[in-house]
Amino acid sequence: MVPLFWRKIKYRYDVVGSYCEKCGSYYYPKRELCPKCRRKGKLRDERFPDEGRVLSYTIVNGKIIAMIGLNNGARTLAEVCAEKVEIGTRVKKVFRRYGEDGDEGIIYYGTKFVPVC
Amino acid sequence: MIGIVSYGTYIPRFRIKVEEIARIWGENPEAIKNSLGVFEKSVPDLDEDTATMAVEAGREALQRSNIPPEKIGAIFVGSESHPYAVKPTATIVGEALGVGNYYYCADLEFACKAGTAGMQFCYAMVRSGMIEYGMSIGSDTAQSKPGDALEYTAGAGACAIIIGKDPIAEIEATVSYTSDTPDFWRRDLQPYPSHGGRFTGAPAYFRHVVSAAKKLMEICGYSEKDFDYAVFHQPNAKFPQRVAGILGFGEEKIADGMLVRAIGNTYSAASLLGLAGILDVAKPDQRILLVSFGSGAGSDAFAIRVTEKILSYPRNTKVWEKVKNRVYLDYALYLKHKRMIK
Repeated sequence: MVPLFWRKIKYRYDVVGSYCEKCGSYYYPKRELCPKCRRKGKLRDERFPDEGRVLSYTIVNGKIIAMIGLNNGARTLAEVCAEKVEIGTRVKKVFRRYGEDGDEGIIYYGTKFVPVC
Repeated sequence: MIGIVSYGTYIPRFRIKVEEIARIWGENPEAIKNSLGVFEKSVPDLDEDTATMAVEAGREALQRSNIPPEKIGAIFVGSESHPYAVKPTATIVGEALGVGNYYYCADLEFACKAGTAGMQFCYAMVRSGMIEYGMSIGSDTAQSKPGDALEYTAGAGACAIIIGKDPIAEIEATVSYTSDTPDFWRRDLQPYPSHGGRFTGAPAYFRHVVSAAKKLMEICGYSEKDFDYAVFHQPNAKFPQRVAGILGFGEEKIADGMLVRAIGNTYSAASLLGLAGILDVAKPDQRILLVSFGSGAGSDAFAIRVTEKILSYPRNTKVWEKVKNRVYLDYALYLKHKRMIK
């Protein structure tokens, strides 16, 4: 579990995704290959915008899990820390705990979203 | 000229009122509010801790200053509630802020004054030329035993200070007063701190804060009249009010920094959040006295002069505005938020 989490730190602690220099598409999470350009694409890591809008959401075990359209057009699935949201609610990234590996294991941190006041 | 080039604050949006805690323990809330001067305290969300709040405060400080993250040469996180006993909070903060890998980094612990201790480290490192900018963060989700007097005040919050050249507020001088005074402590592996009750007053808080403040004024050749504002560590509202009186500061000079009434004692963040409340309204050439206090015990005193640069510095959202964004919890939800029940 530790190496699995460690490899994703860069992409979870901040919204760092992939940008295709050939076709201008953004992807989150990071991709190894641009699905549009295939082998001709050229992907690089990029820090995505801090804000976006809720495109759709569902509630799982009392938590709001939303499809968020970031301001650069990329989409991400993430938890929204709020009592309620609506489709169209403006949200911004926050740094939160995802969970922990029992009382003795590591703590998992990452990005969630909150409504913009 | 070296001093504060930026600052960022974070207060979780949950609160519990003194009335709600007093209801559980059958105590008189009016008597408690009267003796402490605290009305409610901040409580972290279920997925917040010292590291997450430190990141939020640090991000705001970076955003306001427009300093590229990789120019931050040192990160110190002061707290008495680090999420790990062994594994630095400051590494998590540095990674989330994107400062790269070549930076000095350590966690600090000195009860409620570890945040100002980090400021002194950063000041010295900038002054010596070791780094261009350094960030010190005070962040705490303060722990208190259910039923203990501390439960009414132990809050949560964070404040990040970036130290560098060409500041919005120059650090003119800083001095510390330290002694071995066991007024408050937490032994290894214990979940809650213990304290010496009334012993936390005269030999601890008042002796250290007054001694550090007087020594600073002696070094600088200042008297209380040279300061437009003063901010002291605030374990409750009564202690800083009384120490202000001892040093000759009127209520109007400490009012903007008295966040303790609304969010409780945020430990390592407390005096820094108070400083932020003052920097939010201060004008060029005004002078601020900052004196922290950490049990065990020690005080760090700073003479801080606000510069012209503050006029072009973005100060919104102000810390008192952030206090207003709040959701109240009952005692059961409070226990859940503090992870005392899972």
